[in-house]
Amino acid sequence: MAEKTIGRDIVPPDLVAKITGRARYAEDFRAEGMVFAKMLLSPMPHARVRRIDASEALRMEGVLGVLTAEDVPEVSTPSEPILTMEPVYEGEPILAVAAVDEATAAEAVERIVVDLEPLPFALDPLLSLRPDGPDARLEGNIYHIDDDVREMRTHKWAAADFDGAPEGRLPMGEPAFDWSIGDVAAGLEQADGIVEETLIHQSLTHHPMEPRSCMAYWQNGKLHVHVSTQSAARCRASLAGMLDMDMEDLVVVAEFCGGGFGSKITAHPTMAMTALLSQKVGRPVMLRVTRYEENYIGRARPGFQAWAKMGFRSDGRMTGLDLYIVQDQGPYGRSGDAFTAATVASLTYQPEHMRFRGVSVFTNTPPRSAQRAPGGAQIIGMLEPLVDKAARELGMDRVAIRRLNAPASDGWVGPNKGSLTSAYPKEALDKAAEIFGWEERIARSGQTNGTRVTGIGVGLSPFVGGSTGFDGLLVIRPDGKLYVHQGIGNLGTHSIADTARAASDLLDLAWEDVVVVWGDSARHQPWSSVQAGSQTIHAHTRANHAAATQAKRKLQEIAARDLGGSPNAYEVGDGRIFQRSNPGRGMTLARAAERAIELGGAYDGHELDEDLHAMTRASATALAGTGLVSAAKDTYPHDGSTWSWVVGMAEVAIDTETGALEIMEFTGVADCGTVVHPRSLAAQIHGGCIQGFGIARSQKWVYDPKWGVPFAKRFYTARPPGILDVPLSPRWGALDIPDPQTPVGARGIGEPPVGAGSAAITSAVADALGGECLCRTPLTTDVILAAIEGTEKPYRPLETHV
Amino acid sequence: MAMMRDMIPGFELFQPADIDDAVELLDRHGSDAWVLAGGLDSFDWFKDRIKRPKAVIELGAIGELTGIRETDDGGLEIGAMTSLADVAAHPAIRERFGLLADAAGLVATPQIRNQGTLGGNLCQDTRCWYYRSGWPCYRAGGNTCYAAAPQAMNREHCVLGASRCVAVNPADTAPAVVALDAKMVIRSRGGERVVDADDFFIGPAIDITRMTVLEPGDLLTSVRIPADWANATFYFEKVRDRVAWDFALVSVASALKVEGGTIRDVRLAVNGVAPYPMRLDMVEQAVVGQRQSEEVAANAGIMAIQRARPLRHNDYKVPLMRNLVRRALRETA
Repeated sequence: MAEKTIGRDIVPPDLVAKITGRARYAEDFRAEGMVFAKMLLSPMPHARVRRIDASEALRMEGVLGVLTAEDVPEVSTPSEPILTMEPVYEGEPILAVAAVDEATAAEAVERIVVDLEPLPFALDPLLSLRPDGPDARLEGNIYHIDDDVREMRTHKWAAADFDGAPEGRLPMGEPAFDWSIGDVAAGLEQADGIVEETLIHQSLTHHPMEPRSCMAYWQNGKLHVHVSTQSAARCRASLAGMLDMDMEDLVVVAEFCGGGFGSKITAHPTMAMTALLSQKVGRPVMLRVTRYEENYIGRARPGFQAWAKMGFRSDGRMTGLDLYIVQDQGPYGRSGDAFTAATVASLTYQPEHMRFRGVSVFTNTPPRSAQRAPGGAQIIGMLEPLVDKAARELGMDRVAIRRLNAPASDGWVGPNKGSLTSAYPKEALDKAAEIFGWEERIARSGQTNGTRVTGIGVGLSPFVGGSTGFDGLLVIRPDGKLYVHQGIGNLGTHSIADTARAASDLLDLAWEDVVVVWGDSARHQPWSSVQAGSQTIHAHTRANHAAATQAKRKLQEIAARDLGGSPNAYEVGDGRIFQRSNPGRGMTLARAAERAIELGGAYDGHELDEDLHAMTRASATALAGTGLVSAAKDTYPHDGSTWSWVVGMAEVAIDTETGALEIMEFTGVADCGTVVHPRSLAAQIHGGCIQGFGIARSQKWVYDPKWGVPFAKRFYTARPPGILDVPLSPRWGALDIPDPQTPVGARGIGEPPVGAGSAAITSAVADALGGECLCRTPLTTDVILAAIEGTEKPYRPLETHV
Repeated sequence: MAMMRDMIPGFELFQPADIDDAVELLDRHGSDAWVLAGGLDSFDWFKDRIKRPKAVIELGAIGELTGIRETDDGGLEIGAMTSLADVAAHPAIRERFGLLADAAGLVATPQIRNQGTLGGNLCQDTRCWYYRSGWPCYRAGGNTCYAAAPQAMNREHCVLGASRCVAVNPADTAPAVVALDAKMVIRSRGGERVVDADDFFIGPAIDITRMTVLEPGDLLTSVRIPADWANATFYFEKVRDRVAWDFALVSVASALKVEGGTIRDVRLAVNGVAPYPMRLDMVEQAVVGQRQSEEVAANAGIMAIQRARPLRHNDYKVPLMRNLVRRALRETA
């Protein structure tokens, strides 16, 4: 029998290309006659374009054309247009120029006269909520959604709501949305201890290493695009929608992606912009997005200005959680972060009573989208130091109080108290405490060595870990190899390989006999989940398991037909299908593939299941006749929602004379079901936690409130963490307890580490400061030092983007 | 109007092979010329299309600008084009003038230290983000300072030495060369002149558009470190938000000669607090002759910040500077 691949390290099929530089990312492609594009970005946070005069630019040698808002499909407010005549943030693309080279395109952009009428702008949601505050949009400052109505509205609070603001207390006027479980007032009434804080969480840009560059050309009515996207099949579907074209006329090449963190889930307006500019000038167009541009158009995590009140019984059980979140929505759309934050809080602490209120306010800052653990990372990083505070007041161990409140598999989540597929955060806390050495380290809490004081922190962070119902598509070809067609993206997480193992293990194939087909929509992709929300390992081990089960059935039928006996008497192993009772009687998979082609019908893909998605159907039909074709939808039972967990534990040292923060030790432990790929899992835990370190300690935006323009626009000013900001040898672990409601047992892991990393640091910093929660991120050197020295803080109460 | 960034406009590139040719080119092109060393500062300006020199004089081919040699008086002379990595690693610098090695070794990142030069680090422009974003401020030839406005974002800006402009000098090596009494060797068509490091860096009160005394036509060719402070007790510390790729919020450099517990001589310079690396000569005078102690160090710190005037967002720099001065005098004990 072939060695099972699940649970061991393998060499992913994209590895050699990546480390040798042979991998071609979007901006590495060239097409005959290709020209370059540059965008003209709005210099104002909110303005109306009264006039565009591109005549001088168009007269320049080498300039081929200009694409403006007139040339792109209209969208309805508050959706984001491809180009705009009413820019709603500094850096929003107004037009794009195509020229023979970038230098010419850049000069052409500078020669275009754009007559802008400045409009009122809002950077801070709380200022916009004031009675006389500015609205970010001409149509209002919130997007109201209820059962009957979806519309832009102006949402203002009374002046009296802001009475506590000068002291830093969150104003809490009329919310735009809310939900409750039980009676939070009663819950807090029953509490023996109460903690209550206003909490500020920054907005921050995703900043993947690869900006969203794009190359597009048209041939015979077909659009070919080379893009940087997280999700191959779903990017194709969404770009077709954005351009209102038939998906069949769209070839999307997305073999490699230099990171996305949720900013490249599906199609992005720049893809459509490049395609339309190419169409307009009749030439292939390359748009190389720069770091500076990525800062503006590359999406960002919504910031929160929040307030939480928690009640605990003397035994540590949370009786009530009252949560209010003012979400910075940016200028477009409607982010789910605040809702997810409340859901995550409900799951993590299982409060006996809970109330969530919130409002999501438009601002003239870059567009928001999901960023790795959207909502979850923010709320866990913010709330965990409050749990610490309660533990201190109750004289409880900080791990113990989390363990007490965390759910087991019979726990619940969200306003409808939905059930869980399984959950082992208590066990994860135990394992993390063991690896980290919590008992020994906690003794060092608050100890000083010279001018350095030690802090010990812990964060418990869940996030959704899987979806269901997608398709798997496999071919066993006459070469005896298994071709796993993947419609998910290649985001760098090894999902393209790791989800294929569900099929290869079931068919008992050596990993060397598996060919992963990915990245190019012309190579036939099944309908797939987005490569986001930590969905893929769950969704596509299921889908590939379903397809492999179907393939095995077909192999059994072919063998029984040719060699006699019942199909069930046959087993697969070592590249053969053979009789279980007489292993010598069988045939190779290569031969079975030939037979499948000869037999046709369902065996080689000419007949397909009725429940397949149209995309899968088209792909399987294109592959029909090439071997034993198996296309199946994941219809495995699944009851409840699937969540993964990471526990982060950190030891930090703060220099009390400088405010400098050093992370001395870190341990991350995951409850993510079956461990499929240990090395990749370690990379996810560490990478996500490091992203969380950036949230907790350094990464941010800075806006001048008078002019409405940002300054932290590049890596060194935005300050994502560097490798030297990370302890040398962070440790990790995983429970490896299979989730019972999915065949391979694996749940997603991309997202929960971020909150664990962030919370471990915010918790440790508060610990080092003797339990004082600064209750805002990032905890930069100046913020920490000002707290220690008691000098005026480097921010004003409730202030954001500082 | 348009914000076109990250695209370097065209310029004429000159790559002279010796200092004479470089100086000749600088003279010929005057204020249209730009001296390009490692490029870490220059390319940011070029990419942002804010500085658009017609002639760029690139120094990489001038061998005599690179290298570290002993001088007759027992000091060292460091070519301006010597990489920061070489300065940080050089045995003689590490052994006798470790202050400079420490400062150079804390610049930005290993990659930037390989590419960046000592001369470039010392001559670099301020990182005030209003100015670097192309705003028409005093330093850019305009008539206001945006960073000093009531609502401005000035966490990184100065608490001392402001004169209309509140930007700070960002160079990590600058306080080190000031504390070592280094001499800056400058060539121009008029010949060579040597300027004390402490006089090399200028504030806006002297010229609001420049960070150093260098004028069009001038070329910094080397930095001479006299023997005076060889093997003194040094202290360098840079406080920043990230361990790599960050400018100092505040940095301190000190050189002490201590005999029998008494401070016989001292140099003390702080950067990140003023538009120029600030030598704290009053503090120096106050501590010379004192026995080195926690109290003397603490008082020195308090004295150092007496005239500090924080802006809206940088109050923290005052205690940070105080504490760093204290550490510079204390921890060397």
